[in-house]
Amino acid sequence: MLRVEALEVAYGAIRALKGVALEVGRGQIVALLGSNGAGKSTTLKTISGLVPAARGTITLDGESLVGVPPHAIALRGIAHVPEGRRIFNRLTVRENLMMGAYPRRDPGVAEDLDRVFALFPRLEERITQVAGTLSGGEQQMLAIGRALMLHPRLLLLDEPSMGLAPVLVEQIFATIDDINRQGMTILLVEQNAAMALGIAHRGYVLETGTIALAGTAEELAGNADVRRAYLGE
Amino acid sequence: MDLPLLIGIFPQVLLDGLILGFMYALIALGYTMVYGVLEFINFAHSEIFIVGAFVGVEILLGLKGAGWLESLPWPLVLLLLLVAAMAVSGLLAAAVERVAYRPLRSAPRLIPLISAIGVSFFLQDLIRLVESVWRNAFNLVYPTLDGLNHRFELTETLDVSVKSLVVIVAALAMLWVLHMLVNRTKIGTAVRAVAEDQAAASLVGIDVNRIISLTFLIGGAMGGAAGVLFGVQYGLINPYSGFIPGLKAFTAAVLGGIGNIPGAMVGGIVLGLLEAFAASYLGLLTGGAFGAEYKDIFAFSVLILILVFRPKGLLGEIVRERA
Repeated sequence: MLRVEALEVAYGAIRALKGVALEVGRGQIVALLGSNGAGKSTTLKTISGLVPAARGTITLDGESLVGVPPHAIALRGIAHVPEGRRIFNRLTVRENLMMGAYPRRDPGVAEDLDRVFALFPRLEERITQVAGTLSGGEQQMLAIGRALMLHPRLLLLDEPSMGLAPVLVEQIFATIDDINRQGMTILLVEQNAAMALGIAHRGYVLETGTIALAGTAEELAGNADVRRAYLGE
Repeated sequence: MDLPLLIGIFPQVLLDGLILGFMYALIALGYTMVYGVLEFINFAHSEIFIVGAFVGVEILLGLKGAGWLESLPWPLVLLLLLVAAMAVSGLLAAAVERVAYRPLRSAPRLIPLISAIGVSFFLQDLIRLVESVWRNAFNLVYPTLDGLNHRFELTETLDVSVKSLVVIVAALAMLWVLHMLVNRTKIGTAVRAVAEDQAAASLVGIDVNRIISLTFLIGGAMGGAAGVLFGVQYGLINPYSGFIPGLKAFTAAVLGGIGNIPGAMVGGIVLGLLEAFAASYLGLLTGGAFGAEYKDIFAFSVLILILVFRPKGLLGEIVRERA
């Protein structure tokens, strides 16, 4: 579904990505692992159009996404939950969710709102609350809920566990697994490799801007280098 | 001191202050909305405002020349002036953004500011050129609409003209429409989303450039409407008449809390009241030592004091949280 080939990105003189290739198949969760500064977030930002690609190709179901502005990429069905959540703090929970469906003109919006509330009942309880007053876990739920309101074909998640207590991390990962079982294709960037590999089908390990390893989640979880570097063994 | 006189003129001064205040509020919205989305002061907004006044006077003079001014009902004429001025000023503001600010979006912050000052000079002299070629005139006088000049003498010291009531009602109506637009519609919510976080807004599918154009369009339209009301209320305009009201409206926006829409309204009204009270009472209270000409000094001294104690303005500054 999503295919990235020979992707290069530069911030000024700094080459952040030096030829990344990855593929996400329909219905899969693909985990993108790596240490800080390896280029995980940059990869997601380039897919969603926030950062321009210097070279390489990105295609979604065969259509090129290179050079397409971010709002148009959203319209083509990629929802990106950015690092640090980036919810609209001054808008209410309802307004945040409605903004998630901003470009949609189809009648399915109400149905998707119900689906988000089924996944995150807490959001329904806090529907009129200003988003900036939510707890960290609720803000993460809202960020994911807002992305689902786009009714995307592909969901990009950047560090959904960041800054959350362990019990909340488990909850969020269980929900991501749920969303995937309902048919959503997900590209997941995560520091918490153990949790990510626990729900992913396949994974990639990114090191200083290149793909160092690729394989099924089981293969990666069994790889000695991965275990040492990312699973703390 | 003449206490009965001081009390007697109070309602009239209050009314004059409110009219001036609503005018500042309408202009201030243009500064504050643009600041909200771009963190940039559009110094050309004072010219966007006065262009509205010129559109109004040109239509009135045109109608007068054709002999229709007397036969048309004044509310219809006024509505025509407002709609035309809002359209011209709004589109002009959006065009200015497209031509003079958007190409500089990623430049250091001072650069678009200089560009705005340049646009301000350009528009002043463009209006001057057009008016001198077209009418061979520098100052233009708003033709009077008889219905608007009718006055009600409520008491010996308070008389209210239809004009004043119209200015207040029109300003209130526009502030209400803007409030509903920004807070109750999807597009208004998108404006607030863009003001808060442009990158996140683009990720949910909002075309950020289009929302920025819309912000200039709305702010410009409010400025254009204020221009017509200014012309109707005060009568005389020239190509440079926008500068001082514009500067005061900008101050009003800062006073209310820059980026904050209700703040611009409150700031405008507070500034208008301060000025009107200073103009009428300074002379009376100081036995003539300070006359009405000190109104700006008084008003701005109070502003400075308020900002010393509330640096973020009366209702609080609203700025982008992330670039």
